Amino acid sequence: MDKTCPILELQDLKVYFGDSKGFFKKKDVVKAVDGISLKIYPGETFGLVGESGCGKSTTGRAIVKINTPTEGKILINGKDITKIKGADLKQFKCDVQMIFQDPYASLNPRMTVGEIIREPMDIHKIYDTVEEREARVRELLELVGLKPDHIRRYPHEFSGGQRQRIGIARTLALNPKFIVCDEPISALDVSIQAQVINLLEEIQDEMGISYLFIAHDLSMVKHISDRIGVMYLGNLVEVGDGDDVYENPMHPYTQALLSAIPIPDPKVAREKQRIVLQGELPSPINPPSGCVFRTRCPKATERCAQDKPELREINGRLVACHLYDKD
Amino acid sequence: MDMKKDEFELTPDLFEKLDESEKNAEKINYESKTYFQDAWSRFKENKLALVGLIFLAIMVACCILIPIISPYTYDGQDMSIRNAGMSLAHPMGTDSFGRDMLVRVMYGGRISLSVGVLAAFICLCIGVVYGGISGYVGGRVDMLMMRFVDMMYSIPDILYVILIVVVMEPSMFSILLGISISSWMGMARQVRTQVLTLKEQEFALAAFVIGASDARILLKHLIVNAMGPIIVQVTMLVPSAIFNEAYLGFLGIGLNAPQASWGTLANDARSVMSVYPMQVVWPVLAICLTMLALNFIGDGLGEALDPKKK
Repeated sequence: MDKTCPILELQDLKVYFGDSKGFFKKKDVVKAVDGISLKIYPGETFGLVGESGCGKSTTGRAIVKINTPTEGKILINGKDITKIKGADLKQFKCDVQMIFQDPYASLNPRMTVGEIIREPMDIHKIYDTVEEREARVRELLELVGLKPDHIRRYPHEFSGGQRQRIGIARTLALNPKFIVCDEPISALDVSIQAQVINLLEEIQDEMGISYLFIAHDLSMVKHISDRIGVMYLGNLVEVGDGDDVYENPMHPYTQALLSAIPIPDPKVAREKQRIVLQGELPSPINPPSGCVFRTRCPKATERCAQDKPELREINGRLVACHLYDKD
Repeated sequence: MDMKKDEFELTPDLFEKLDESEKNAEKINYESKTYFQDAWSRFKENKLALVGLIFLAIMVACCILIPIISPYTYDGQDMSIRNAGMSLAHPMGTDSFGRDMLVRVMYGGRISLSVGVLAAFICLCIGVVYGGISGYVGGRVDMLMMRFVDMMYSIPDILYVILIVVVMEPSMFSILLGISISSWMGMARQVRTQVLTLKEQEFALAAFVIGASDARILLKHLIVNAMGPIIVQVTMLVPSAIFNEAYLGFLGIGLNAPQASWGTLANDARSVMSVYPMQVVWPVLAICLTMLALNFIGDGLGEALDPKKK
């Protein structure tokens, strides 16, 4: 693994919504993503966790250019993709793909499975003839564990897990180097979740693809991810190796998040102390001053209201919290 | 708790291992059906709509085949049998020039139905392009385009239909133009609403992510999925265009004689209405039944294409 050149790098990425003035009134600005920097290396899986509305999906969508960043850079292989056009854009679309959350909504109901998986190849003119593309579609169907003769069927004839695998086959049609997985398993039931996760891992081993894995299920993220990033209200609060973060969370928010994971053993569960956060998630229209987590943080001090903590390396991990300041 | 335990206990020997060959989780048993095959099977269930469709099919067939079937022409006058009643030779009688009414009504049907279908088709094209662009681009463009539609709505439509027809001389073209200009807005609104909701769906985003062009996303992904409501709207546009044309004909600004539509036939017969009321009844009956049939078909299609909406 080449650790020197990240396949994806976010530099102070900001995505705000509603910042253009309305026709009659000025709209409020929603700071969905407010300054995120991270690096993902080839062949790596980076798990992004956080509660609903913290901006993790927006981050993923900004990377595939569905949402336009307000500020900051998105570097793919060292190249900023926020303003690319023409041939560069085409190459980018081949390299970076996305797996969607809802397998019932992400497949066009009027197209056959064959057409859905073939479409990316049709657009990018991969292979010269339709027959070659169809052959590749059959290959991909087999790769994701579906029958090649399902090629003429429509999406509504499949179950949720099968549909998600069709979606995965579509993203693989372009041989991407990087895939954003936007909660790919949250709409599936548990037994199917494992199936899809295993498939994603197999594909990664075979093709060396990097994933940005967005989820709110911490145990699943820990299982698949090499590194984990924890987001809160548009900010990254902690980044570190998966097991490390899981065993020894440093940021108070990560600690609270991890203590909320249900434990299957009731004896252990009874011993455990759950950290219950007070209050509601503040509105991203009007985030708190200083550290965004301070309104709900059990360890907040006066300083947290004034200075916004930066992500800093502490014990081989990145944490944004004043608790770990040396001075 | 204990009671339930006594009733039935699950033991391992109650289970047996499934043969490996019987495991086939990926198999799909039922027959593959396309969207339209599915819709057709639902449409057939609706008897009223089916009757409407059969009636319309017969009407269209008669209108097309009438010159072959009938010995009379639509403008052949026979002064010896003016204003004749119903007879075997002339099932609907004759008009005041001795022309066969059945042939006239069928020829009128040719004009009326083609005006209806063509106007609906033109509205479909304008509406899909206009509404599609408006909904897809969104933002300020959408707002301006929709305010223009509101503006068009605020002018009484019959006013500019009459103006256009009077200024351009009554002809098939001017009538079509007038009717199309006055009725494309509903289609545009319908398409825009559909596109607005569909473009946020994940399959549209997926198409964007794989690099599909805007035109491809709009046509292959959004419009195709909006086809159901669009088709229903079209079937509702046909009768309203027929009605508008008849309205113009009855006002006396329709097609010139000896050409006739259902509207002008009714208008021609107006002067002799008190003596020979049947001459008015036939074209009016044709209009009513055709519109009824089209409305039934429209309702049936609405249910068949969108089973959730009932």
